[in-house]
Formats: sequence, C-alpha cells, structure tokens
Amino acid sequence: MTVRGAAFVVGAWEHPRRDIPDLSVAEIHAEAAFGALADAGLSPADVDAYFCDSDAPGVGPLSMAEYLGLSCRYLDTTETGGASYPSHVGHAVAAIATGKCRVALCVMGGRPRSLRRASGPDLSGAPETPYETRWGITDTVHNYALAAMRHMHEFGTTGRQLAEIKVAASLHAQHNPNAFLRTPVTVEDVVSSPMISDPLHRLDCCVMTDGGGAVVVAAAEVARRLPRRSVAILGHGEAAKGTANGRPDLIHTAAVQSGPAAFAEAGVTPADIDYASIYDSFTITALMALEDLGFCEKGEGGRFVQDGALVAPHGRLPMNTDGGGLCNNQPDNRGGMVRMIEAVRQLRGEAAPEVQVPDCRLAVVHGSGGRLATRGSAATLILGREDA
Amino acid sequence: MSGPRPPGADEIFWAAAAEGRLLLSRCTPCATVIWYPRPFCPDCGGRDITRFTASGEATVYSYTVVRKARGEYRDLTPYVVAYVELAEGPRILTNIIECDPADVHIGQPVTLLFDPPEDTAPEADDNVRARLYRFRPRL
Repeated sequence: MTVRGAAFVVGAWEHPRRDIPDLSVAEIHAEAAFGALADAGLSPADVDAYFCDSDAPGVGPLSMAEYLGLSCRYLDTTETGGASYPSHVGHAVAAIATGKCRVALCVMGGRPRSLRRASGPDLSGAPETPYETRWGITDTVHNYALAAMRHMHEFGTTGRQLAEIKVAASLHAQHNPNAFLRTPVTVEDVVSSPMISDPLHRLDCCVMTDGGGAVVVAAAEVARRLPRRSVAILGHGEAAKGTANGRPDLIHTAAVQSGPAAFAEAGVTPADIDYASIYDSFTITALMALEDLGFCEKGEGGRFVQDGALVAPHGRLPMNTDGGGLCNNQPDNRGGMVRMIEAVRQLRGEAAPEVQVPDCRLAVVHGSGGRLATRGSAATLILGREDA
Repeated sequence: MSGPRPPGADEIFWAAAAEGRLLLSRCTPCATVIWYPRPFCPDCGGRDITRFTASGEATVYSYTVVRKARGEYRDLTPYVVAYVELAEGPRILTNIIECDPADVHIGQPVTLLFDPPEDTAPEADDNVRARLYRFRPRL
C-alpha cells in the first residue's frame, strides 16, 4: 500500500524571530500553529489531529491541544529529536489515508537561546548514559566529531570539503532577512575558525536560536477546496540506528533505511530530485546524509559537495536555501521542521527569488536526531509540486 | 516478601570498576560479548550471561581532541575522547591519557588503566574526578 496522493501539506509557517525572550514556549507554539493554519486558509475548528514532540510544554498534545482550543481525534508524540517532524508528517499521511483524521497540525518551537539551556529529553535515566557521558562528551559536537574523524580516516574526507556545506548555507542565508547569520563565508573562513573538537571547527556547527514552525497536513479532498497551492507528500521513511551492541560503524546513519523507503514509496530516485532540505546540525551531518540518501556513493560525499554543488539555483543539488541550521535557525536544537518548511516554499515557488530553484518539482526533506556517533534517528520525505 | 534486591548489571559493573577491573559480559548461548552491560543479550535475547574481566588491550577506532568543553571538563581541555575497540570486540567510549593529544591516531594500540588510581566510585555522570576506565598508548 502507498500513501501517495492521500494527503498534502496545505499550510506552513516559520517563526521569523531567532531570539524570543518575551514569549513562553507555549506562545511560540501557538504563533506557529495559527500561522500555519492561516497560511492554509483553515481555522482551528478544522483541525482534528495534533502532532508534537518533547519540545511541547506540559503533557504534549494534552496541554497544547487544549491551550490552542482544538478538538482532536488523533494524537502523535513521536520523539526522535530533529527527525520528529518529518516523521510526524509521514504518520499524519498514514492516519489520513486510513480515515483516522483529515486535518493534522504539526507544531514545534523552543527557546534554547534566550533560556540559555540545553533542550531535549532528560537522558539521566537512559540505560546507555553511564557508559557514554563520563569521559567529557559535554557537548553534542564532541560526539559528532568522532564520526567525522572516522569518515576522514576511511575515505579521505577533508575539512575543506566539509566547509563547502557551510559556504553554500551562508551564500543562501544572505538572501533570507530572518537568518541568524547573513554574511557569506569562504572555505578559508571555516577551516581557520577555532577548532572546537577535532576535526570540527566552530563554523562546522549550527547556530543556536529560538524559534519554531508548523505545517498543516490535510486530506486530498480538503486540499482541493483550498485556494493555496499545496505540496504533495509522495513518500516517507524513518529508522533508528544505535551502537549495535558495541559495534557502531560511525560512517552510516539511519538514512540508509529511511531514504530508500521514502524513494521507493514515491517511485522516484535521487537523480530525480530538484531540491534538498537536509538537516545540518553540523557539516558532517549533512554530508553523511547525502551519501546515505543515495545522492552519491558512500565515502564520496566530500567530493560531491565541492564546486558549488549545493548552491542554488544552479548547483547539481541545491540544498537548504534558507541557510539551514548552519546559518538560518535551529529552534529547540532540532532542525527537521524548519528545513521542511523551506522545501514547501521551493515547491510552491515561494523561496527567495535569488535561490528559487527553477521548475522545482521534487524535493527531499531529511531530518536526523540523536547523536551521530552513538544512536540516531532519520526521517525522510519525498515532496512534490501540487501537480507532481 | 521483599528482601534486599540483587545487584543489577550496572551495579555489578561499577563495583568491579571500583576494584580496577573492566568487566565484560558474554551471552552463553550465542557467545556474543555484550556492550554496554545489561542483563540479557541484545543479539539473541538470551538471559544466560557470564561475566569476565577484559584483557585491557584495545586499538583506537576513532577519537576527537576536545578543545572547548563545559562543566567539570571545561578547564581540562585539550583532552582526548575516543572509541577504542577492545580485543574482545566491543567499541567503547573512553579517554586516551598520558600522552600528547597530537600523538593519538586511529589504529593506535592502547592499554587499559583506571584513573585516577584512588578507589572511588563515580558519584555523578559528569563527575570528572570519578575513577574510570581510560586508556594510554601501549608502551
């Protein structure tokens, strides 16, 4: 069974602010929720399903659906870090296809910048924690660096190649008035920025911002009567990858499962994709995702991203035209929602004119969560223009 | 009727660590060496587990030199966090110590030591003074 054609993204809204000390997390969620509904031309009364993860305050949908005045018959709180939101959309399509709901509201938001604290689930009781946290992995970057170092060892990937991902993001971000960092940088700037955790430099790391976003997923018959251009959800895949009983390979991500599943469901291949939104918590995160999604062979990612391949509008695979997590934003330390929203803009022809991919018909959205060198999630969506 | 709870897999492991032993578990039915400790085999689901002390020989599988850190590790930079592959199979997270971080490399043979040498059990997950299994270059 395929979900193709069952549901569409009919509304999307990204919070324009990057530092939001004056709003509560619930208020940020509300602005995103109402923003996406207004974009869709729907009202809260139309919503019958709510999707959120652990960045929602209170008891997820119990607190938030009540706060927003929603009456829901379907709830999903899948929590896989930065992959949660593409997963929510995939789950919403499946629920719509089986008649469990018709209009699903998927919301996220958070304030790691203004609250100056880490976010995400409390790991103190996790079974792996005593065996992973005591040796000074005090920041997420230390974990990702272990994977980057192994990738360099096995495939000869270089810091200058990783830097190309940041350079492309910065060239895009200059056209996004809301982006946290809007100044273009060079490869030289990246590799001469302070080393944080070898081999990752400061400019290999994403920004830390407040923010949020939401999308509305609706059944085909709802989408048809809305005036707004909608986006078809053609395929979805998700997976988790762990340390494999103490034998992690460090060079693959869960995208080796989520990617092929999503492409197969959509009936397309990486070569058909016009635009990619790939969560880039670090440069190495996006590079390994590109390989695992099949845009190049394993180990070829460094060569693939060279020579402006990711730069819109005319690169081989324009990626993260909003500036990505590396330059635009990273609400609640997880990028799956806001990257997805840029893919919706591209497929509606509403990206910034300088970075709009001409005749953009097919896009891949890829979220990842957890930590690259231990356990991580992946969620992949194939989205298409309304007529795809 | 509830008596004293028998020690769990974590408690047995850390009690051995406090005595200076890196304790591994092997699944009796499938012979897999299990990491991290748990009271069953994640490969076959078996619950018949035997424990033994690791040889202490390993090689560096990957590493990073941490140059900016938080909390109790903040003032200890630069230091090396590594995955080492034990001779028994599992790849475990640890530190490489007693060497210049610039000399650490993938494939390097390393040997187990417990550091610091005093017999103190870790009190918190981020307690830098806890006595932990770490590794140094093999001499």
